[in-house]
Amino acid sequence: MPASLGGKLWVWRYPILRRVTQLTVLLLFFGTAHWAWSVAGRPVLAGNLSGSEILGLVPMADPFAVLQIFLTRHLLEPKVLIGAGIVLALYGFLGGRVWCAWVCPINMVTDLAAWLRRRLGIRDAFFVSRNIRYSVLALALVLSVIMGLAAFEWISPISMFHRGLIFGIGLGWTAVLGVFLFDLAILRNGWCGHLCPLGAFYGLVGRVAQVRVGFDRQTCTHCGECAKVCPEPQVLNLHKAAEAGMVASGECTNCGRCIPVCPEESLRFDWRWQIRAGRLQQNHSEPPERRAA
Amino acid sequence: MGRSKTTRRDFLAKVGQGAALAATGGLVWSYLLQQQARATPFALRPPGARYETDFDARCIKCGQCVAACPYDTLSLAAPGDPIPIGTPYFIPRDVPCYMCPDIPCKNACPTGALDPALDDINDSRMGLAVIDIENCLSWQGLRCEICHRDCPLTGKAITVEHHPRKISRHAMFVPIVHSGHCTGCGVCEKACPTEQAAIRVVQPKLVQGKIGEHYRLGWTIDTPITQDFRPEEEPSDGFKTRPGLDYLNQGEL
Repeated sequence: MPASLGGKLWVWRYPILRRVTQLTVLLLFFGTAHWAWSVAGRPVLAGNLSGSEILGLVPMADPFAVLQIFLTRHLLEPKVLIGAGIVLALYGFLGGRVWCAWVCPINMVTDLAAWLRRRLGIRDAFFVSRNIRYSVLALALVLSVIMGLAAFEWISPISMFHRGLIFGIGLGWTAVLGVFLFDLAILRNGWCGHLCPLGAFYGLVGRVAQVRVGFDRQTCTHCGECAKVCPEPQVLNLHKAAEAGMVASGECTNCGRCIPVCPEESLRFDWRWQIRAGRLQQNHSEPPERRAA
Repeated sequence: MGRSKTTRRDFLAKVGQGAALAATGGLVWSYLLQQQARATPFALRPPGARYETDFDARCIKCGQCVAACPYDTLSLAAPGDPIPIGTPYFIPRDVPCYMCPDIPCKNACPTGALDPALDDINDSRMGLAVIDIENCLSWQGLRCEICHRDCPLTGKAITVEHHPRKISRHAMFVPIVHSGHCTGCGVCEKACPTEQAAIRVVQPKLVQGKIGEHYRLGWTIDTPITQDFRPEEEPSDGFKTRPGLDYLNQGEL
């Protein structure tokens, strides 16, 4: 760990950048809603993270919410379908869970809980499979069909938080506090890493992501520093990462936390196609090297 | 290995546990949804809002209607509000809907929860004004009629009728709301000068009755005459002697 302030900031560059993007998005929404921010008479960013419009031109919509509404058997207007398509394409390219780490405001709460947890050395209260989120995702879709309501949108602490920060939070802070306490005292990365169906949805979207954390197995010493800070440590399965040359799992949020903490600089952001191309070249030039497990 | 011995039993137990967990979670979850949706009849929605269940299903809770409203009429319901969570509503006594002819809120809605087919704001039905005649100044005999004068559809949605007063020579001028024209904009409720508004906008289904098909208002011109009073063939002599119509004029009155 570098002692100088600049060095410390450099280590924390991704968390800082993520806070900046998260707060900037919220501020643009807030300014448009409350101070009528506009460019050439067009509102800058109207709406919230469930659905919005940039400069009155580009619609955006939460594709998971749109999917739920679709399952309530209601035909939606083209605007919201185009918006959902744009958002899907964006996160499909950047990494599905880039939403989680770089935009979702709950991430600020759960990151704080995770940081405090590491500081205080709190252990998990019990074991919960990280795959339970896919069951919650399936349940949200089934309930949307049965109840005729977008099931997750009506109880989502994420929506309560971002909607609340822009349009008035009411008792929504209790849900945020609940998530914080759950993450702090009960289960590490409990909400984002175990339960959140929106994260699970974007995890599936992220399987085709083009921005990935590349992994250089030649320099890695298996010190485990990366897994200590990673909110989804199962994605840092170094055998799989060595095979693919990157952290391939869609569950990786591209939060970038592992990159600066790696003492050997074995991890870095890279393009999936370049990693693939590099792998291919390697496979052609040198015989595949079998490593003993 | 020992694995194969326990696989089937373990697998079935796991499946059963998983199903039970999903069912329990699903029941609690659907209960929460139902509790939230229960408040729907108490919300006054932006113009063009579809019928309750349709609106609740379609609304993505994005607040673009709220941002588009030039009068800051609309709010998004926060958790804990007595309105379904995250959906747009307005409280007329605070800020009513001023019925913009271009309906910007409806145009901003991306999902069609606010029906894009609504072209004329006068066709919107956000609610229905009802008058508490016990506390209405006009109905008590004072000359007020502020609701009538402020109503954007005055003369249609609210009319004033004069009634004779018991012993005074002065008439009473009382406002009457006509559901056929009232949009539920709430300008009347905002304008009402009483301490608590004596005219209020609510969802029609909370206050509006229905006569039913089996009653005939026989004295009104537009009530169709059915089997009881089916007109017979015109008498060939040209006199109007339909039964039940001219019986008062039969004798020497």
